[in-house]
Amino acid sequence: MTIQLRAAPFDPWQELARYQANLNQAGKFGATACFAGTLRDMNQGDTVSAMTLEHYPGMTEKYLEQISAEAAQRFAILDSLILHRHGALAPNDAIVLVAAWAEHRAAAFDACRYLIEELKTRAPFWKKETLEHGARWVEHNTAPR
Amino acid sequence: MQVYTLLMTISVKYFAGLRERMQRAEDTLPAQGVHTVAEVWSKAARGAPWPPNMLAAVNQDYAQARSAVKDGDEVAFFPPVTGG
Repeated sequence: MTIQLRAAPFDPWQELARYQANLNQAGKFGATACFAGTLRDMNQGDTVSAMTLEHYPGMTEKYLEQISAEAAQRFAILDSLILHRHGALAPNDAIVLVAAWAEHRAAAFDACRYLIEELKTRAPFWKKETLEHGARWVEHNTAPR
Repeated sequence: MQVYTLLMTISVKYFAGLRERMQRAEDTLPAQGVHTVAEVWSKAARGAPWPPNMLAAVNQDYAQARSAVKDGDEVAFFPPVTGG
């Protein structure tokens, strides 16, 4: 169970490959489910040229750890990973990577979904978009479905 | 007899759009006469009403306006979260 905040850009696919290669569960897991969130260059009809992601140092890590622990209790997973960016982002930068490993796909999918939805609902992060004319705070996240 | 008056404070933090509106990231308020999160907000904002949708945390756990606050606590106020 790993959570990390990153100030610098990261490649979610390299991160996923590296994490899984170092997972000492080789031969144990049959399913990996992951979600990667990427910054778009457009939101609500406006061109987004950059984004700043603010967080609450201490509380953010605490909630990511709590959410990971809950996922491990609720679902039969072997491990989970959350990577989340903060600071100044450019379009196409990865914002978040969430992954879960399990013996079978149901637990992996369910845990992955749980991790990202709970993160979006509870982890203290705030997005501020840079637009053509000025900047705006994102007021709420999109609905899960 | 020593009097630890310097410790009788509550640390207050603001984030995101609220931090910008408050024009500061934090405050240190005297703890005297402050017993709830709502009272911390009222003191910090000089009586301004609780903004709609504003969230609060005490010692880095989500809290309600009526949640208790004591000397030495860290209280944070912020808008709805938008991570992920």
